[in-house]
Amino acid sequence: MNLIGKNITYKPDNQFHLKDVSFDFKKGNLYTILGRTLSGKTTFLKTIAGLLTPDTGELSFEDKDFRKIPVWERNVAMVYQQFINYPHLNVYENIIFPLKQRKLSEEQIKIDVEGALKTVGLVGFENRKIQELSGGQQQRVALARSLAKKAKILLLDEPLVNLDYKLREQLREEFKRIFSEGLSQDTILIYSTTDPQEVMELNGEVIVLDEGKVLQKGAAKEIFENPKNLKVAEISNDPPMNILKGIKSSNELNFENISINLPTYFKNLEDQNYYFGIRASEIKLDNKGEEFEIELAEISGSETLLHLKRGDSKIIALIEEVMNFKIHEKVKVKFNENKFYAFNNNEELVSSPYGVLNG
Amino acid sequence: MHKIYTFLKYTFITLWTVFIVAPFLWAISTSFKDFQSVNSKVTYIPWLDFEPTLEGWRVLVKSPARGGVDIVEPYFNSIFVTCTASLISIILGTLAAYALSRFTFKAGFVRNNDITFFFISQRIMPPIVLSIPFFIFLSTIGLLDSLLGLVVVYIVLLMPIAVWIMVDFFNRVPKELDETALIDGCNPYQAFYKVVLPNSIPGLIVAGMFCIIFGWIDFFFAFILTFTEVQLLPVKVVALNSSITPWWSLSASALISVAPLIIVAFVVERYLSKGNLSGALK
Repeated sequence: MNLIGKNITYKPDNQFHLKDVSFDFKKGNLYTILGRTLSGKTTFLKTIAGLLTPDTGELSFEDKDFRKIPVWERNVAMVYQQFINYPHLNVYENIIFPLKQRKLSEEQIKIDVEGALKTVGLVGFENRKIQELSGGQQQRVALARSLAKKAKILLLDEPLVNLDYKLREQLREEFKRIFSEGLSQDTILIYSTTDPQEVMELNGEVIVLDEGKVLQKGAAKEIFENPKNLKVAEISNDPPMNILKGIKSSNELNFENISINLPTYFKNLEDQNYYFGIRASEIKLDNKGEEFEIELAEISGSETLLHLKRGDSKIIALIEEVMNFKIHEKVKVKFNENKFYAFNNNEELVSSPYGVLNG
Repeated sequence: MHKIYTFLKYTFITLWTVFIVAPFLWAISTSFKDFQSVNSKVTYIPWLDFEPTLEGWRVLVKSPARGGVDIVEPYFNSIFVTCTASLISIILGTLAAYALSRFTFKAGFVRNNDITFFFISQRIMPPIVLSIPFFIFLSTIGLLDSLLGLVVVYIVLLMPIAVWIMVDFFNRVPKELDETALIDGCNPYQAFYKVVLPNSIPGLIVAGMFCIIFGWIDFFFAFILTFTEVQLLPVKVVALNSSITPWWSLSASALISVAPLIIVAFVVERYLSKGNLSGALK
């Protein structure tokens, strides 16, 4: 009864867009696809929708071979990152479009549309033209169209990426509510994004995608606590996790002439070279800390991102207040020594503050 | 500085307007003159300079048997040929353009761009190159000197314009719009006529306008592919110029032959500037 993909590969012109992607999606669950731009997220969703035909691999839904069913007969809905609506129709006509296509009765259509409009908060906008709406409202219309359809598979392709910061925050909150109350237990929801924060907040099953390959699958918490390798650690954190090349000895970590007391959970590691990972939020300004040179200071919202340099290493520190820094100034920072991750020379996770799950 | 710029701008626009409008005024004035007023001395303003007469206009609708030149039939011939050819060109051209914009064709070394270029290349050739093939073609299938033959030839001339404009238009319509229609339960044909077509009206109007203009003003093929049976307006207007040129009826016929184009231009301009067409799609 599930949506099952086996070794799906899509390589137009011999370039891999998807490579050996397998999955097993269950009804009533939320799945998030996390990956950077061009990692194959959109291709992945389009393959499920049927807009693209994979070169090899199997795709089945409810025990039927999905590859043999054309797009218009698959019961899927999709919201694009561009706000795609039918410009020649008004809000109401846009939302009933898929329902009319399925030849539902007038009364049923009315109930479904009213429900969808209510869920996305667009009651009263029925007769507006699409061009008169703001970006956020246009995206709500697209979402309402997908919800009203009551599709068994709902695909959302970076639905918030083209919205401004504030609206994104607001819609993200609403999405959580919509997903919890607006969807039936029959629906598989697949949500793609580049934003790790969205993934954590939506708190579904995560698939980390990079260059068309699945790097890691698991619950959001698991990805956060135990990123399988350096790539995942970079992709699943924003700003990306800082990676420092260093040496572990019997009682300390060393990188760029900085010594850090050995975290207790590193005790069992062999003494050798490692990549040490630490999140930007675990680096604080501290007068007793280590000296770094400021390369760039970005202010975003109520936070400041400090791009720092020492020797060959570049790190980013997240300061939770707005401060003005001069470029090339020296600052002292302290690392939270109980939040270090260790990756071996094959870039695989060997130790995490939360313990490694699969050995 | 700003004032000088404004002054120069309006001076230029005024001069240009005079340059464009003066011949029309001259033709309007001439169309109300008779032999005497044209040939004696230079005259401009009716009633003041010369006594206006409707003779120049009347001749146009009189049958040749009664000394007229009858441009009514060529006029409707032109309307029929232009509209039919434009309509067929738009229909075929739009379908071809959509296919070229959305699907990938591969035949040997031929790709979509090559096919598009093939269409446009029909307009790159000077028309005179096509005159002999067209003549032989029409004479072989027995359509020389007939309205249908002219329609066929005009489709060849106008369809490239429609394809060219519509390919460019469809390329700017996001592919995601078609995809959304497919996801929402339309098969590819329904996606085309339920979603893509209603959003392509601005493109269709522009393409239609160009087809009508190019079809209406063609003299060359209308001249070489017809003899006695049918005649199109441009040929008829030129034919008025005999040993003694009747400037009055020539002016009148010139004016009514450009009239449809002026109307088309105004209607389209109004329609476009209302904003309900431009910006329908981002």
